Amino acid sequence: MSFISRFLTSRWGPIITGIVVGILAPVLVKLGNPGNMGVCVVCFSRDTAGALGLHRTSTVQYIRPELIGFVLGALIAALIFREFRPRTGSAPLVRFLLGIFASFGALVFLGCPWRAYLRLAGGDWNAIFGILGLIAGIILGIVFLRMGFSLGRNRPAPKAVGWVMPMVMVILLALLIVQPQFGRDANGNPTGPIFFSTSGPGSQHAPLLISLVVGLFIGILAQRSRFCTVGAIRDTILLRDSRLLYGVLALVVAAFITNYVLGQFHPGFEKQPAAQTNQWWNFGGMVLAGLAFTLAGGCPGRQLFLTGEGDADAGIFVAGMIIGAGFAHTYNMASSTSGPGLFGPFAVIAGLVICSVIGLTMRETKG
Amino acid sequence: MEEKVIDARGLSCPQPAMLARQAMQKAGKGTLEVLVDSGTARENVSRLAKNAGWTVTVEAQPDGTYRIVLNK
Repeated sequence: MSFISRFLTSRWGPIITGIVVGILAPVLVKLGNPGNMGVCVVCFSRDTAGALGLHRTSTVQYIRPELIGFVLGALIAALIFREFRPRTGSAPLVRFLLGIFASFGALVFLGCPWRAYLRLAGGDWNAIFGILGLIAGIILGIVFLRMGFSLGRNRPAPKAVGWVMPMVMVILLALLIVQPQFGRDANGNPTGPIFFSTSGPGSQHAPLLISLVVGLFIGILAQRSRFCTVGAIRDTILLRDSRLLYGVLALVVAAFITNYVLGQFHPGFEKQPAAQTNQWWNFGGMVLAGLAFTLAGGCPGRQLFLTGEGDADAGIFVAGMIIGAGFAHTYNMASSTSGPGLFGPFAVIAGLVICSVIGLTMRETKG
Repeated sequence: MEEKVIDARGLSCPQPAMLARQAMQKAGKGTLEVLVDSGTARENVSRLAKNAGWTVTVEAQPDGTYRIVLNK
């Protein structure tokens, strides 16, 4: 066991994790997930928000087992390797806001960094503009970090604090399996409180158990290897440390090969699955997401893995992402395949202003 | 020689590694002590220091934190 752990914490860890994600994500698409959406943390937060009735866009409602698996897999690894360390207190309210804005930005592009790389590996060239935006957002975050930005220190917390989000995930799993329908619509048909799409991306999903097991496996690997799709670019630029970058490159190469073998590689800009072709806002949306993730200390997947380690501040960020996804669809900020939502550009600009104010004003307080 | 202590406990990524890197660049050589409280920060600080030619000694503390001593 300790040999495996040492291997995963070595420079090979992110590469192995990237290869596993790169193979399994396209396989999940083959088994039913939406196109180029084997894993997308923000899209899955959006679907989960919809399933909970936080938005009523009927095509994107499903409790995604991959999310649950990410947190519980990281929890299992953290417990086995004695890294479950409940902690909180590092500007949780600011992290909640950053989670909201990360969702706003990513839903204008239509994908988190994980899906940006997976879209690229599926031949969706619109992703190039999203990834360029992501890099720009991370660079902006680095500027703030160099100027002294900090959300301050967390502190050890009672065990129960660390168990809150894993327990929320267990409850989500129960709701996914039971799918309670206590409500009645105007015609007297059963509806809610849990809503699942019957058409559109929300209705497309791999079998529950397979998605959950894949999520658990990735969660375990990523907790050990510290896999982070934002840290990959951040550390390369800021620290000249490319350990995580090789993980992302491995993901893209493995996903490209797997897509090619499975007949899922379709190069081009037009008619890509769950994508839009307004490149200004593909870029702009991901500038906002990249900045929000960098200020919060890691990509959305990493936030889920930290949640599994007992980091309640990361848990607050995840809650922000889910609530933000609900807002984004309720108030027409998320894009659709026909282009940005009516208020998407406004959300991106407002988010950039607010995240920049956070970047400029948050400093560690002494004493 | 005076030993400089960098307390990076409780800070999010990438701040522990940033603080250690800045301290190493400023000091050039000598002895530095970095306090961290997560496995991730311990690995990141150790890897950066080794790559910059520093010798690294990690001491696990009873409270679950780590004291990383860097020498050059």
